[in-house]
Amino acid sequence: MQGSVDTVSEAMADARVGDMLPDRRGHFGVYGGRFVAETLMKPLQELEDAYQRFRRDPEFVAELDADLAHYVGRPSPLYFAARWTQCLGGARIFLKREDLNHTGAHKINNTVGQALLARRMNKHRIIAETGAGQHGVATATVAARAGIECVVYMGSEDIQRQAINVYRMKLLGASVIPVESGSKTLKDALNEALRDWVTNVDSTFYIIGTVAGPHPYPMLVRDFQTVIGREARAQCQEQTGRMPDALIACVGGGSNAMGLFFPFIEDSSVALYGVEAAGAGLETGRHAASLCAGRPGVLHGNRTYLLEDINGQIIETHSISAGLDYPGVGPEHAWLKDTGRASYVAITDAEALVAFHDLTRIEGIIPALESSHALAFTAKLAPRMERERIIIVNLSGRGDKDIHTVATRAGILL
Amino acid sequence: MGRLNRCFDALRTRGRKALVPFITAGDPGPEQTPALMQALVESGADILELGVPFSDPMADGPDIQRSSERALRRGVTLRTVLDLVREFRASDTHTPIVLMGYLNPIEVMGYAVFARLGAHEIDPVFLLAPTSSEERIARICALARGFVYYVSLKGVTGSDKLDTSAVADKVRLIRRHTALPIGVGFGIKDAESAARIALISDAVVVGSALVSRIEALGNGPNLERGVRAFMKGLRAAMDGMGPGRVRESL
Repeated sequence: MQGSVDTVSEAMADARVGDMLPDRRGHFGVYGGRFVAETLMKPLQELEDAYQRFRRDPEFVAELDADLAHYVGRPSPLYFAARWTQCLGGARIFLKREDLNHTGAHKINNTVGQALLARRMNKHRIIAETGAGQHGVATATVAARAGIECVVYMGSEDIQRQAINVYRMKLLGASVIPVESGSKTLKDALNEALRDWVTNVDSTFYIIGTVAGPHPYPMLVRDFQTVIGREARAQCQEQTGRMPDALIACVGGGSNAMGLFFPFIEDSSVALYGVEAAGAGLETGRHAASLCAGRPGVLHGNRTYLLEDINGQIIETHSISAGLDYPGVGPEHAWLKDTGRASYVAITDAEALVAFHDLTRIEGIIPALESSHALAFTAKLAPRMERERIIIVNLSGRGDKDIHTVATRAGILL
Repeated sequence: MGRLNRCFDALRTRGRKALVPFITAGDPGPEQTPALMQALVESGADILELGVPFSDPMADGPDIQRSSERALRRGVTLRTVLDLVREFRASDTHTPIVLMGYLNPIEVMGYAVFARLGAHEIDPVFLLAPTSSEERIARICALARGFVYYVSLKGVTGSDKLDTSAVADKVRLIRRHTALPIGVGFGIKDAESAARIALISDAVVVGSALVSRIEALGNGPNLERGVRAFMKGLRAAMDGMGPGRVRESL
């Protein structure tokens, strides 16, 4: 079983000795950190201490590995998209099938891990924020299984856009609280979850869904998601006998991308591409591409690239994909951008939709609109690469949740 | 010596506790702010806490969130706030003003620019919370100037969970680490709670309760009169003269 070699402790052993990031205070270069209300400093320290203790605990690691194997359904396949490769006429394209995980996306890798921490920290209430609802569903799922109360904050705009996921969360026993403040989307849901946490700090574990927020979350979520990259690395060796040449993943907060990239960061021959949402086009200002078009600032507990106005107020973002509709990005991506280790590009709503339809018709796989951004960039890059080259694309989620959005754009009433 | 030190020295001489109202700069509109500040001082404020509006006020409850949104809709920026302070200073040179806000607008302006535009004597007022460990209290007190702000409860501004005896215990602990005055804020919403907190601290911060009155009064003709009436009630209770007077000593 592949799960037996893929442990959290090994992920840490894999990591660079000496220049391990984040540093002790949660910084990736100038990014990251812990910019929060004083009340939250203590629970964040407790979370960090608990994680440092349990990630070396063989019992914790064994339980996590077992959950990933038998509950999530790992390892997820690395699938050679032969027909799509032929159509594009360039590099060989492999899809890392995170869409086949339980609940239909990579988000569950992180929530099973954090739920194990919550139980060991004796927290009997879990809260989460969600945009598209995938992280909310993944959190409600692990909370149901653990028999723990679960409250999910979701912007009222997103509740309208993602009615099916809202109902899924409710079926799983979670309370979904509509957030009416600000732009009524993911960033406001995060604000409201932080307000809940500061109020119920003794009883509550906050499961953040992406590699953002105050330290230790960017590290914690990354570590739980690196199972994606470790599997992909081994699977690529096994199937092709060599390393990939490029990795491509979509970036909203950036957890699926960090999970794929992290085990390859030391391999300088592997190019890393993060794909942001260009919405209606970067030039229109209606997008969610914080790395491509934003600048550094401080929001939600960390310093990172943000979309903001000239006075430092956070601006509203636009993307066809609710999961990418966020004005910030994980601080480690900001660091990878500045150091040049990863490249960040942006794909418009229209380009993502083309890729959505292409993969569906050519490979029989309906991808999430988030993942469709990564696919659309793949369609641009692959033809420019030689045929023996290898691209791994993170197919981070399945597209069932998006069919209403796609139909509406096509003028079809379901 | 900064304005805060002078203010607390004077209060100590008079045996009086500081009343610190919070309003969001530019709420309901920037044109009202200097006059409102003046009205607050005339009706009993010793120090003014001025909120710098931010799009994502994570530590604030609904009252202050909405006030921030009202100010932002009126186009208020960090520069506007500093301009409003300058306007107020034309008629009042002694009342200390404490800015309260979030980091990003300052980060974007640049710290050097902010310091240059802000003032010559900026006292960093640090916050302590119910969850702060004694070790952290000691570290923060070593850096603090002006006064130390104790967040009275686990929650956001405007919460309903004020527990005076728990606050008193923590304030006693903080006093072992600093000679600075200790202010208490969050959850103090009326004359009675202000009077109780005044007995165990050096300064009482009242924010959401005042901001929600400003919201209710809006741009109407009674804005200043309503604010003055509320302030006078707090002041009288804190000075032990009003209907909210607390008889038993805590």
